Amino acid sequence: MSNLSNINLKIWRQDGPDSQGRFETHQIPEISDEASFLEMLDILNERLIEEGKEAVVFDHDCREGICGTCSLMIDGQAHGPQRGTATCQLHMRQFDSGAEIVIEPWRASAFPIIKDLMVDRSPFDRIVEAGGYITAPTGGAPDANLIPIPKPVADASMDAAACIGCGACVAACPNGAASLFTGAKISHLNLLPQGQAERYKRTEAMVEEMDSHFGSCTNHGECEAACPKEISIDNIATMNADYARSKFKNRKALSR
Amino acid sequence: MVNPSNKRKFKILVVGTGLAGASAAASFGELGYEVEAFTFHDSPRRAHSIAAQGGINAAKNYQGDGDSVHRLFYDTVKGGDFRAREANVHRLAEVSVKIIDQMVAQGVPFAREYGGLLANRSFGGAQVSRTFYARGQTGQQLLIGAYQQLARQIGLGNVKLWNRIELVDVVTVDDKCAGIVTRDLMNGEVQSHAGHAVVLATGGYGNAFYLSTNAMACNVTAAWRAHRRGAAFANPSYTQIHPTCIPQADDFQSKLTLMSESLRNDGRIWVPKDADETRPVAQIPEDERDYYLERIYPSFGNLAPRDVSSRAAKRAVDAGQGVGPLKNGVYLDFAESINRLGLDTIVERYSNLFEMYERITGEDPRESPMRIYPASHYTMGGLWVDYELQTTIPGLFCIGEANFSDHGANRLGASALMQGLSDGYFVLPYTIAPYLSDLLNKPIPETTHEAFVTAEKEARDRFQGYLDIGGTKGPDHFHRELGRIIWDYCGMDRSQIGLEKALAEIPALHAEFKKDLRVTGSGSSLNQTLEKAARVDDFFELGILMCQDALTREESCGGHFRSEHQTDDGEALRNDDDFAHVTAWEWSGNPSEPIEHREKLEYEVVHFATRSYK
Ligand SMILES: Cc1cc2nc3c(=O)[nH]c(=O)nc-3n(C[C@H](O)[C@H](O)[C@H](O)COP(=O)(O)OP(=O)(O)OC[C@H]3O[C@@H](n4cnc5c(N)ncnc54)[C@H](O)[C@@H]3O)c2cc1C
Ligand code: SF4
Ligand code: FES
Repeated sequence: MSNLSNINLKIWRQDGPDSQGRFETHQIPEISDEASFLEMLDILNERLIEEGKEAVVFDHDCREGICGTCSLMIDGQAHGPQRGTATCQLHMRQFDSGAEIVIEPWRASAFPIIKDLMVDRSPFDRIVEAGGYITAPTGGAPDANLIPIPKPVADASMDAAACIGCGACVAACPNGAASLFTGAKISHLNLLPQGQAERYKRTEAMVEEMDSHFGSCTNHGECEAACPKEISIDNIATMNADYARSKFKNRKALSR
Repeated sequence: MVNPSNKRKFKILVVGTGLAGASAAASFGELGYEVEAFTFHDSPRRAHSIAAQGGINAAKNYQGDGDSVHRLFYDTVKGGDFRAREANVHRLAEVSVKIIDQMVAQGVPFAREYGGLLANRSFGGAQVSRTFYARGQTGQQLLIGAYQQLARQIGLGNVKLWNRIELVDVVTVDDKCAGIVTRDLMNGEVQSHAGHAVVLATGGYGNAFYLSTNAMACNVTAAWRAHRRGAAFANPSYTQIHPTCIPQADDFQSKLTLMSESLRNDGRIWVPKDADETRPVAQIPEDERDYYLERIYPSFGNLAPRDVSSRAAKRAVDAGQGVGPLKNGVYLDFAESINRLGLDTIVERYSNLFEMYERITGEDPRESPMRIYPASHYTMGGLWVDYELQTTIPGLFCIGEANFSDHGANRLGASALMQGLSDGYFVLPYTIAPYLSDLLNKPIPETTHEAFVTAEKEARDRFQGYLDIGGTKGPDHFHRELGRIIWDYCGMDRSQIGLEKALAEIPALHAEFKKDLRVTGSGSSLNQTLEKAARVDDFFELGILMCQDALTREESCGGHFRSEHQTDDGEALRNDDDFAHVTAWEWSGNPSEPIEHREKLEYEVVHFATRSYK
């Protein structure tokens, strides 16, 4: 355990969705390397309140890298410098004394800034509402062991389902596309035997909902690099293939 | 019963969209009720439920190891130290099997064996393998499953979602629940919502301790505001301290991180025998280590239930045998399992937990043992509900961790997810009907009713009041101080002297809070400081009730350990003659003078027994 000193923070402040934003500079004279990044912001906020100033608004909840609420652009990187790590799991031992750290919100036209570092990610919910589910009304489900699912299939589905819906992929994408998020949800459900009945309907509805909010994917791959859950870009390929097939299937159904 | 075509005539307000709330709201929507769902999170995909790691129990007996509904029922009553209502627990055990079917049908990718069937692991307090899991992210996968069902209902227009909206009051008219008052976190707007019934699924109050494994936003406000309007609060002192969390590293720590109990399947807990031990771990010989759980509880060993394991860890640390820089932890050691099963198997089982540990501590559990210590984790207490999950306010129902119903004085691992989903999917959708059917075609009070208008004004004044104090310290300061008092005196070890001290200190600190709180910013734009201030205010009053309840319960049971009531070898000493009851507290208007009610616990099937895991 040791201490870092003289951390300079450049933090984005913005009063509301339509206000002009600005950078504000704050000093952290001394902080333990055991502190998490968000604990550093807590300390700053307590100090700001004691000085009669308004605390910096940022989103967070579980602080364990699982809820997907935290969302900071740190030195231009979504969730900061550590690979496969959400903002809330980042610790000060990743930084050096004297560092200047720039903290901004997610920047994407589909995610308007609410205040300071907090953005509105509700378009993600719209995508799921459009088809990101398996229709299985309560009651009446068959015994869970009736359909064996090969372990590799279950594992691949779980890999995709690990997405925490944080939006870092969108923030990192030069086009503000949401293909990694949407592709992950589609793979999670489309890989499973239970998900087959609605496979193409789901894919079509989700992709089209996604397109109505987000930019289009041009295969930069920044999303995968920024993703705290290391969701594979292969999920985008799965999505695209199923989307193409969905068009085919529907046409066949129409002609019948 | 309410017939299908009449269901749309009833509006149900579901507050909270964690496992319990999301599953209830989705099921009500499917059944045809008019549903509005509220969450202060930005999306129903986020709730504290998402953080559950280890798994969910169900009496499937897929492993053929002799599990049954009766065994799960019995384990739960025994695990709860014979302080749960028998009928509720039995229903929970019966429903447990349906939950797994339901979640698999929805696409939850539970862990599987190579043959494609579902895998199981063991959890504390059970001698069978009945826990289903999805890597170390079971809560996430279950919540996403329930969220997707809810999203479907939202997309279909059957459920209206109110996100980033916080319940700040419950409204009653003629002693019935008429609706709620909410505050929009985005702009501070206070608004009323009327409905035929209100469901609180707002989670537990473990953050009363300040440091806990709960998500930062968890709080007691919804339950507490209902309590202040007449809902009895049951067993507030029954709190669970989880044995395996990463020890506190310093004073500004904001929360503690759980290391799932499932690790105890393969990890061995020990401390050095010598309190002055200074050698590095690897150099401490086997015979100078005290594997105290295996020693004291040979039949359950490292899988002894949570309350028992937590107290044993506390004793070791109090005796000076603690490990780590602050000597505030015990070891959880995987070396033996790694030798026996190979590193790959162990890493496959726990990879995300190992990574999580390494990120936080900078230490690699594959090379040196984890350091762990107990922390506040779950609250068995909560709003009192009857068998139909209705509170003492007719029309106000409470499900999930927010109610007190199924776990008695101690919850077994992997049973909270089970209870939340049982309440939300399989119990409340049916038990709510009798209440509603009486209201058919009768008008209900609208939001223009003076009870709503008055409650709105009170809420506005209360929030403005926090802003107007203009003191010197932010809400976190007070929360931290409050948490320290509750942890010290109403934590793992409670005594009359300590509790009386707490009952003097908490009101004094609360008075200081009301004089010296500083909330910056305004009430009409997003203000996290103001949100926090209101939640801390409610924690103060709850803290008093927790200590009062602990003081009144002159016995040790489950998570409630009174140092005056222990056996010669330091085990909990229950008093079934005088305390086999639920204590349900009624609000009197003065937080320090709650009114006590008792519900006697009658056991027809289970017989009282001393809980022994030796
Ligand atoms: C780290 C951790 C690990 C765990 N692991 C396990 C495990 O392996 N197995 C197990 O069975 N259990 C586990 N638990 C316990 C379990 O996760 C919880 O008890 C359970 O998920 C609670 O679910 P819930 O739906 O009742 O509440 P929550 O998930 O807490 O949801 C509460 C909801 O209410 C909303 N809300 C609260 N107050 C208000 C308000 N005033 N206004 C509007 N909305 C409000 C929130 O936005 C949220 O949507 C774990 C708990 C923790 C802390
Ligand atoms: S794909 Fe990754 S970056 Fe995108 S929302 Fe999911 S977890 Fe976040
Ligand atoms: S706060 Fe939950 S993922 Fe970061």
